[in-house]
Amino acid sequence: MRAPGVHGRLNKAPEGFLERAAIGAVQTEAREGRRDFIRQAFAAALAGSVGTAAAQANDGDPNVLTLPEHSRSLGQGVATDGYGRPSRFEANLQRRQSPGLTPTRQSSVSFAPLQGLFGIVTPSGLHFERHHQGWWDIDPSRHRLMLNGSDDRMLKRPMVFTVDALMRLPSVSRFHFIECGANTGMEWGNVAVPTVQYTHGMLSCSEFTGVPLVTLLEMAGADWRRGRFVLAEGADGSSMTRTIPIELIQSGEVLVAYGQNGEMLRPENGYPLRLVVPGVQGVSWVKYLRRVELGDQPYASKDESLHYIDLMPGGLHRAYTSIQEVKSVVTTPSGGQVLMDRGFYSLNGLAWSGRGKVTKVDVSVDGGRHWKPARLQGPVMDKCLTRFSLDWAWNGEPALVMSRATDSTGHVQPTYAQLRAVRGRRSIYHNNAIQTWLVQASGEVRNVQLS
Amino acid sequence: MSSCRSAALLALGLLAALTGAAQQRATDQYAGIGRSATTAEVSAWDIDVRPDFKGLPVGRGSVRQGQIVWEAQCAGCHGIFGESNEVFPPLVGGTTKQDIETGRVARLDDASYPGRTTLMKLSQLSTLWDYIRRAMPWTAPKTLSVDEVYAVTAYLLHLGDVLPTDFELSDRNMREVQALLPNRKGLTTEHALWPGTKGAAASQVGKRQKPDAQGSACMAGCAAMPTLASMLPDHARNAHGNLSTQQREVGPQRGAATEAGLAPPSAEALAAAQATPVRDLLQKNVCLACHQLEGKLVGPSFKDVASRHAARADAQAYLAERIKGGSMGQWGTVPMPPQALSAADAQAIAGWLATGAKP
Repeated sequence: MRAPGVHGRLNKAPEGFLERAAIGAVQTEAREGRRDFIRQAFAAALAGSVGTAAAQANDGDPNVLTLPEHSRSLGQGVATDGYGRPSRFEANLQRRQSPGLTPTRQSSVSFAPLQGLFGIVTPSGLHFERHHQGWWDIDPSRHRLMLNGSDDRMLKRPMVFTVDALMRLPSVSRFHFIECGANTGMEWGNVAVPTVQYTHGMLSCSEFTGVPLVTLLEMAGADWRRGRFVLAEGADGSSMTRTIPIELIQSGEVLVAYGQNGEMLRPENGYPLRLVVPGVQGVSWVKYLRRVELGDQPYASKDESLHYIDLMPGGLHRAYTSIQEVKSVVTTPSGGQVLMDRGFYSLNGLAWSGRGKVTKVDVSVDGGRHWKPARLQGPVMDKCLTRFSLDWAWNGEPALVMSRATDSTGHVQPTYAQLRAVRGRRSIYHNNAIQTWLVQASGEVRNVQLS
Repeated sequence: MSSCRSAALLALGLLAALTGAAQQRATDQYAGIGRSATTAEVSAWDIDVRPDFKGLPVGRGSVRQGQIVWEAQCAGCHGIFGESNEVFPPLVGGTTKQDIETGRVARLDDASYPGRTTLMKLSQLSTLWDYIRRAMPWTAPKTLSVDEVYAVTAYLLHLGDVLPTDFELSDRNMREVQALLPNRKGLTTEHALWPGTKGAAASQVGKRQKPDAQGSACMAGCAAMPTLASMLPDHARNAHGNLSTQQREVGPQRGAATEAGLAPPSAEALAAAQATPVRDLLQKNVCLACHQLEGKLVGPSFKDVASRHAARADAQAYLAERIKGGSMGQWGTVPMPPQALSAADAQAIAGWLATGAKP
């Protein structure tokens, strides 16, 4: 029970002295304006079984003094759930839609709750979703991958692989981030959404397992002299297509993946096969991958020539924009959160670059006037999320918290002013500007942009 | 010069030999994996159409035929005139005769013009044709015939005042129609966001490599006193729902209560309210030490108990009595001692057993 709008130091919530189940009822009643109910509830709690502990509050925390049920009774057995689930206390962390962003749920996006994640790996069930024509749970025994050429000479032989066959080949497992090209797109003009889930949540990171696409193309006898581009195509209704440059394929980076975080891909993420194109925006990581075509020209598919094009000042659109440039965001503290007290915080967040490794992250708490280098948590991997942190003692005064990443090519994350000076405000895609959070004196954190 | 050239040729030859060797290795090494695709298989799936119209099948369709397809299969989402903004952004509008002349849609440079229609952005006719064929109609993709795709493409361009009423679009005149698209010169590949380096003869993609927006590495005394330029107005704070229910309930911070009044019940309270009460009762009363839902443990499974007494009219009362008073000899030699649980709990558990012990 937090009173909104309280300024200065916040007191710890009194939930600990109430039976958990009673809190909801208290809050419901309170919303309906029945303040006397709250008094009664507290009185009941004090007089009840917890009352003894509360009366002894001077002796210490009743959570210590009174042994809880789980210390005095038998717990549950193994395999209660064949596939374990998060604690019931974690139900607030969910993938969520941004209301009004899309009119249908099948052509839509859900955002990952970055505000509550640790380290760099996104739990598969919280991985952001983007579907163009709805998701499917495809029977892997009936799924096929075809390789062919844009003409008869591009491959020595077009091939068909079953998922069984692909899984027999030597595999690699690599950690990479995936970010939608439109991540942070709602913020190009001005602040539009309240929390990091919605500003940056079209971002996830997993360990992907699969076969380098180059191996398959070698098996099919690719003509590497004529082949310049690869077209990847999905098996779902949209049969999404994207052009990928041959250099990325030949480097061995691009994977035909079936694994994600130690298990098979989730259906929402392309089960049983998806392309992994490290450093490139998520739309190129074609899900339900059914076909790869080697060709000598780019394909101008809908999602590289009509959508996922970046409007520039002057009215030209940039097409084939693919790389996700150096970017970072502070996740703690971040918009919509309330700091409960002054004092020490481990300010932390995520940094990434589609061009390589993150080499440096600087953090400012005064709106960009002064910066301090943050700690990078290892391992720092190529085209992968990197967690950074900085010790911070909040003095209770308003603070403007920002982070700024630099990558291994020397590219430094720009401010909104620097980005807009080149790309205007209507680009939609590829917004990698520095994010600012305002920590108010009340402890509440707000999403802001600075002039 | 000639020696240079022959050295280069030699190097190319070596490269080719090496590449060939790698491929031979790959094929030999992974014997038994993958097979050749049949011609029928390739033509079943290879439906893409490139900007040079490679892949375009023979066919034709008129504006009038397209109108019939449109009104039956497309108008529901896109509107009779392609103008609807109900389900998807409008397809047509925002282009002028002048744009058809210049090949650039002037309104794309007008920030006050609301939205961008498909026709305002479209620069390649192949893109539109390919997309309609592979992904439309939205709920029944790939069900249009080739001729219907030509027809509906023609109708859409007619709605955008690009083609006249009596036009018939076919594989033979796609190039001419391409030359009429209002934004055919509206794309650029002059940027550093393409990960390829070689480019291609037919494309400038990959020409530019230097990022266009570089930040500053300044560490102290960097910016002027910052001023807030943008912030969510208070009335929009709750537009994404109550933020207090979207943050973890433990840790250094909580979620801001953005709904009027106090925060709603915590996740934990909600979870507790939704939890199966019987499961909690079984847990609390230590039933689970000897019984489980399925399969014998020390005692019989709950399923077995439920099914043995399924036909009993007084099953709940009987089982409650057995739970409270204990039981012996019904399920083997190990007795169940009398249980010190409340009558209410015993009744609840017995009721659950009597109704089939559903998980």
